[in-house]
Amino acid sequence: MTIGVLALQGDVREHMAALADLGEVGRLVSGPADLVALAGIILPGGESTTLSMLLESSGLLDPLAAALTDGLPVFGTCAGMILLAETVLDGRPDQRRFGVIDITLRRNGYGRQVASFECDLNVAGIEGPPVHAVFIRAPVVEAVSPDIEVLATLPDHADTGGDVRNVGGGRPVVCKQGPVLVTAFHPELTEDRRVHQLFVGMTKGER
Amino acid sequence: MGDSPIESRSATGNRPTGTFTVKRGLADMLRGGVVMDVVDAEQAKLAEDSGAVAVMALERVPADIRRDGGVARMSDPAMIEGIKAAVTVPVMAKARIGHFAEAQVLAALGVDYVDESEVLTPADEAHHIDKWSYDVPFVCGATNLGEALRRISEGAALIRSKGEAGTGNIVEAVRHLRAILGDIRRITQADSAELYGWAKQLAAPIGLVQEIAGSGRLPVPLFCAGGIATPADASLVMQLGAEAVFVGSGIFKSSDPERRARAIVEATAHYADAHLVAKVSTGLGDAMAGQEIDTLDVRLAARGW
Repeated sequence: MTIGVLALQGDVREHMAALADLGEVGRLVSGPADLVALAGIILPGGESTTLSMLLESSGLLDPLAAALTDGLPVFGTCAGMILLAETVLDGRPDQRRFGVIDITLRRNGYGRQVASFECDLNVAGIEGPPVHAVFIRAPVVEAVSPDIEVLATLPDHADTGGDVRNVGGGRPVVCKQGPVLVTAFHPELTEDRRVHQLFVGMTKGER
Repeated sequence: MGDSPIESRSATGNRPTGTFTVKRGLADMLRGGVVMDVVDAEQAKLAEDSGAVAVMALERVPADIRRDGGVARMSDPAMIEGIKAAVTVPVMAKARIGHFAEAQVLAALGVDYVDESEVLTPADEAHHIDKWSYDVPFVCGATNLGEALRRISEGAALIRSKGEAGTGNIVEAVRHLRAILGDIRRITQADSAELYGWAKQLAAPIGLVQEIAGSGRLPVPLFCAGGIATPADASLVMQLGAEAVFVGSGIFKSSDPERRARAIVEATAHYADAHLVAKVSTGLGDAMAGQEIDTLDVRLAARGW
């Protein structure tokens, strides 16, 4: 069982390390031939406009879209989440996406880099202490369809007052729809492997 | 990373911003990409259309700074605001070395990264900016490992090898990358006592030297700048170990900036695929003319310490 990591741009190495820590075999995916016989694929953090262009130029866009439509399990973090979303606000009109999870996002919805933040989250289905989440120029989930399982929402940090840091309190930050898992933050940037474990379980038919 | 000096700025509050993790994290998201110098909103849009992961807003590209001479300073805020409004990718901007007031202005403008850059005329001949006191992340140039570690100890969350900006000549970038990465490789072979000798020789904090000995890499991403003019240049520095590239004059001083920008983006992403680099290099038109290093009046890489 091999899990792919889209390797066109972004924090590919950290996702490969997470898979290795979990005893899974990872494969760098940079062309259509790399899609053969995957149990699942991870779309990493990066710049979604760049990834969109490179998906097209590498010839991966159409075969990957077909594989996702056929139900290949997929996990997208931040930019990966944007590539998987049905609707994206404040993006570029020509940005290509897969549209396999019925959510509406606003790119960089928490603000520019100075508003990037860390916080602790309770994630449904993950036991133990909260997950420490790193949000970097993250997309805000503006709407989800009734078919979406919202596994975590951003705590409402009321004590930050009217500060920019309170933007997005209560917004969904981990969503799942069938074989599609997305996070607005970067679980690959911490040593906690429980979110990746959740996805590995999905590739093995759990949940 | 335990006692590493770079982790010493601890996160406080329940939703902290400006932590080292989020500063370094943005640099991590740019890996495998191309950051392009732009001087106006139109160039910024072209850069984004061509797949740039970020743009560097500056008034004159380094080749023009060389040609025109004079004191090179931070850009007009109106120009930076115009570029911020034009693109969705991160926007970086340059402050002079040691000019913490320019850095404060750039932070107030909400740029995503500040480049404390030798391409501008230095403002302080002894001190770089204390970068820990900002929420905005900083990138700094380095010609060798000691310089890189001193910048990291001051709070830089991203290092770029300096090369020689505005020349279109890759030789200095190669020299600096090999100096940084070669010393890292040697340090991984050193025993624990020898690491103190390395710290002394590099004039760098022992904690960072020990961290490198264990990890085999800088504690922040290492990008390459200064002299990249062709897709093959990008492939070369990526194969040498750079994690992304900055292209300054190389794009907008060429005969077909849009095609060249896109070709460099593709060559950076697929740097190990010589067939692809050959394909995107074909029929690109003229690269920027470029200069021999020995003929230069000013060596920008010598600025900073």
